[in-house]
Amino acid sequence: MADTAPQMHVSDEVAISIQRMNKWYGTFHVLRDIDLTVYAGERIVIAGPSGSGKSTLIRCINALEEHQKGKIVVDGTLLSSDLKNIDKIRSEVGMVFQHFNLFPHLTILENCTLAPIWVRKTPKREAEETAMHFLEKVKIPDQANKYPGQLSGGQQQRVAIARSLCMMPRIMLFDEPTSALDPEMIKEVLDTMVSLAEEGMTMICVTHEMGFARQVANRVIFMDQGQIVEQNEPEEFFNNPKSERTKLFLSQILGH
Amino acid sequence: MSDTHAQFAFVRSKMLPEAPPPASERGAAKWVRQNFFSSTINTVMTIFVFVVVIQIALTVVPWLANGVWSGSSLSDCREALAGETGACFAVLSERWNQLLFGFQYPSELYWRPLAAFLLLFVAIAPVLFQKYVPSKMLIFTALYPFIAFFLIWGGSLLTPVLALAGFVVGYFVYTKLVAQSFALGFFGGLFAALAFWILSGYLPVEGILAIEPVESREIGGFMLNLILGTVCVSLSIPFGIALALGRQSSMPIIKWICVVFIEFIRGVPLITLLFVANVVLAYFLPPGTNFDLILRVIIMITMFASAYIAEVIRGGLAALPRGQYEAANSLGLDYAQSMRLIILPQALKISIPGIVNVAVGLFKDTTLVSVISMFDLVGMIRGPISSSQEWNGVYWELFLAAGLLFFVTCYGISQYSQWLERELRTDHR
Ligand SMILES: Nc1ncnc2c1ncn2[C@@H]1O[C@H](COP(=O)(O)OP(=O)(O)OP(=O)(O)O)[C@@H](O)[C@H]1O
Ligand SMILES: [Mg+2]
Repeated sequence: MADTAPQMHVSDEVAISIQRMNKWYGTFHVLRDIDLTVYAGERIVIAGPSGSGKSTLIRCINALEEHQKGKIVVDGTLLSSDLKNIDKIRSEVGMVFQHFNLFPHLTILENCTLAPIWVRKTPKREAEETAMHFLEKVKIPDQANKYPGQLSGGQQQRVAIARSLCMMPRIMLFDEPTSALDPEMIKEVLDTMVSLAEEGMTMICVTHEMGFARQVANRVIFMDQGQIVEQNEPEEFFNNPKSERTKLFLSQILGH
Repeated sequence: MSDTHAQFAFVRSKMLPEAPPPASERGAAKWVRQNFFSSTINTVMTIFVFVVVIQIALTVVPWLANGVWSGSSLSDCREALAGETGACFAVLSERWNQLLFGFQYPSELYWRPLAAFLLLFVAIAPVLFQKYVPSKMLIFTALYPFIAFFLIWGGSLLTPVLALAGFVVGYFVYTKLVAQSFALGFFGGLFAALAFWILSGYLPVEGILAIEPVESREIGGFMLNLILGTVCVSLSIPFGIALALGRQSSMPIIKWICVVFIEFIRGVPLITLLFVANVVLAYFLPPGTNFDLILRVIIMITMFASAYIAEVIRGGLAALPRGQYEAANSLGLDYAQSMRLIILPQALKISIPGIVNVAVGLFKDTTLVSVISMFDLVGMIRGPISSSQEWNGVYWELFLAAGLLFFVTCYGISQYSQWLERELRTDHR
């Protein structure tokens, strides 16, 4: 049951290893026997129809959802119900949500410095410098003292990315980061993600942006009904899909 | 198609300037017409209300204007008025001290509760106006309860100092143990503080560094309402938060304790709880213990208000999107941090109107203690003042004064809360 996909290994260092992982919501079997190894520096795109369990899978990686069977090892730490392990993993794994989830009662700068100050115990001054550095990287340093409610959706999502980066994570998870955005804002967020990928960040992105997948992914994973149906490098995946369901899915989102 | 387009093509090269509205859309006349006489029904209503207001003013104004402010009994007032209508405010100038401080508080010591009252503003300023008052002032806020107790009740300075020391001991033990587990730290600290207080109860502090003591039953009037209101509101907010969070807890025992407590307290009228405080609690206490009545009442009212505030805050917690919890968790904040930094600031902000509602209601409900024969403002009016020979029969003037005192306080609270809501608003563009 090992990964059969041909992989362009970026490195041999394993960042995330998921073995025979299963999850149920009540009696509903959402994730079935998931096996996945992610190497450090790899960029993975997960695609699949709505309800196929993509969000649930990446939310299991930082324990926002609890899995019931199988093993998840993140950066050498085994995910268990031990709260100390969970907090450790969460501080190493950044997550960007579909609806940004910025803290509306804090300024942009405070959003970015909160976790470094309280979790990493970074001195305030230093945390602010780091935050400004990342806000510059996502190209909105001039908004630092505004509140999230005063920013556009694209800007908010870039702040959310900067907020995660301020924790210096080893791995970044993206759950449909552009699907709540207007078309003209999608590009600015994707550009940010591309430049992050170019710097060698380990990334797992759930997204329907196939252009992004072609451009940066090392591997595309296709999920359906809680299972990994097919995984391959982007060129092969798009030009030469193996399974019928993948073909159907690709024809639906690419053709029209 | 495209031909017609070309024919009618038009591009404005200069924007027209904004023009003023026509005269009929401006001025006071328009405002009156629109707001009072816009339709037949509206006109009839306007005239009707006008007549009623005039009628009321015609009775009330002379009553107020003719008011007699000096005299030592109701018959003095009647004499001075000589048959005309007029209020007998003499009761206020004669008995104001009793209305404010109760009829037993030694009059030469009035300055002490007054000082406590003025210091209250200094103490709550850093809490109410966090942005504008240096946070170092919070040290005074923390000391204030002990200072106020010393000023109002008097006695040995060591009593409040030992009470404070109990907190310090508890906190010290807490910091020593909390590294191992929160529960151990919490209960260890609680136990240490309790042990300290019980042991220090045996110290012969009486008369050491003492100022003249005043007993609880000598405290009354509006001062009693203010003491009960301030203490109970400030205690019930933290308890309410704890209950609301407990009700959300994933630990079933904690959850059910909170649910049962909240539902039970909300299902019982406050007055019943006050009777319990007055009478029944005495049965549970070892005979001979002298458990202060004001303290018992404070415990009951606090429990009552906490249950209501807990439900208000639960509403605020429920209104927060789940994404806020998830974002806090995904950044690695632990439970206490995400509550304190992310969840509660937002939930409390949503809950401000509800909390203020409970606080104002609670403050007015402190007058219920008059039913268990405590002489708060209403108790004073119904008891010692109305039943005295000189002022038997004076009602309106006294209750008007009581109403005014409560109105000013409650209106102030409500204005503050509206200001705070505006202050905390961050979503304006
Ligand atoms: N909290 C929950 N309780 C019960 N069922 C849930 C819960 N969350 C998700 N599900 C179900 O689990 C399945 C997988 O959900 P998931 O959100 O992972 O899908 P997804 O692939 O991310 O879909 P989308 O593309 O629409 O975001 C869905 O059928 C959904 O209805
Ligand atoms: Mg999803």
